[in-house]
Amino acid sequence: MLKIKSYVKVNSIAEAYELNQKKSACVLGGMIWLKMGNRNVSTAIDLSGLGLDTVQELEDEYVIGCMTTLRDLEMDKSLNTFTQGAIRESLRHIVGVQFRNCTTVGGSIFGRYGFSDVLSMFLAMDTWVDLYQAGRIPLAEFVKMKKDRDILQSVIVKKTPLKTVYLSQRNTETDFPVLTCAASLIGEQPRTIIGARPGCAMVVEDREDLLYGFTEMSKKEKAEAVRKFSEYAAANVPVGSNMRGSKEYRRLLTEVLTRRAWEALGGIKE
Amino acid sequence: MNLSFWLNGVYRHDEVEPDTMLLDFLRDKGCYSIKCGCETSNCGLCTVLMDGKPILSCSTLALRAEGKKIVTMEGMQKEAEEFGTFLADEGAEQCGFCNPGFIMNIFAMENELEDPTEEDIKEYLAGNLCRCSGFVGQTRSILKYLQYKKTKKREEAEK
Repeated sequence: MLKIKSYVKVNSIAEAYELNQKKSACVLGGMIWLKMGNRNVSTAIDLSGLGLDTVQELEDEYVIGCMTTLRDLEMDKSLNTFTQGAIRESLRHIVGVQFRNCTTVGGSIFGRYGFSDVLSMFLAMDTWVDLYQAGRIPLAEFVKMKKDRDILQSVIVKKTPLKTVYLSQRNTETDFPVLTCAASLIGEQPRTIIGARPGCAMVVEDREDLLYGFTEMSKKEKAEAVRKFSEYAAANVPVGSNMRGSKEYRRLLTEVLTRRAWEALGGIKE
Repeated sequence: MNLSFWLNGVYRHDEVEPDTMLLDFLRDKGCYSIKCGCETSNCGLCTVLMDGKPILSCSTLALRAEGKKIVTMEGMQKEAEEFGTFLADEGAEQCGFCNPGFIMNIFAMENELEDPTEEDIKEYLAGNLCRCSGFVGQTRSILKYLQYKKTKKREEAEK
């Protein structure tokens, strides 16, 4: 059961940071995950009065406030045009509209949850996090960092030309994913993300450069590269078992989803 | 702590504990249409509208309602009755436990989506679980209800 001793709707990030230095304090996101656990919170820090709940489109980047709801992201026309609908695809299976009206992008990213569709999707883009103390850090680095008492202010998506596809496998609609997969071309740079392994989403490093020069390949070459890379991903991405699926099943899914995502991205199959 | 907000069109001031969830608080104020079905934020039984948007009151602190407009089914009796007849006509209502949350989300959908398809409806209502039915009757009733509202709106515009 969640117990909260005091609640503060802060007037600035500096105030939130100061309050959050106490170990028993907690910054509130959408609260969905938080309220599921047993926790005694001395001070619940609410950022909802700071106007950090919008998607701002600038010339070269999107600045997404940490309190932006997943539903607002899902419905953001510009972001969806930029990602060819992948943002919406990554979010629309997360429980229901009411749930996504509660959950925030900041809570989803800062929590670095293993099951997170949001994290998998944002890792597939040129994404940075803006932390109050540490400043801007690439999301791919942030996911590997130990959790600290800093405050995530916003998530920044650079407008580097992007082609991306998002896929997930669920045992049943609205459940946590068994596996997520996002494939993208950030400029010419291929990137593949596997999440819900069930560990935290990770970038699949293409150490054999199997997808190098993907955009320049013929359709036949692309198909061959995709086949080899999906086998490589299955062999190299660490996966595990939980109540939603076994390690073996996830390994098979890694290959299938990686192949499908890159086939769609390469125009080999829809 | 002090809480001032609008509940079903009435502005009110209350005292609330920091960890009271909106669901418990609203039930304490007599809004018994809101129910706790799952406690895992999955069933949608506790759906209320906050500034017009459907949210899960089981997962929202009451204090987050500060300055907001909260609407529960108690505040939409006429509309609920109107839609309820469509549910009944299609035999979509069995135990009825999920109905209040379900109906509130339909009203939210009506405001948000223009002319939704059956697929849009199913996607929008994915967060409302019914353990009696297979959603077929409900979907049928929603389609008929929306058609009725569309015709009514057109007729009123033509007058």
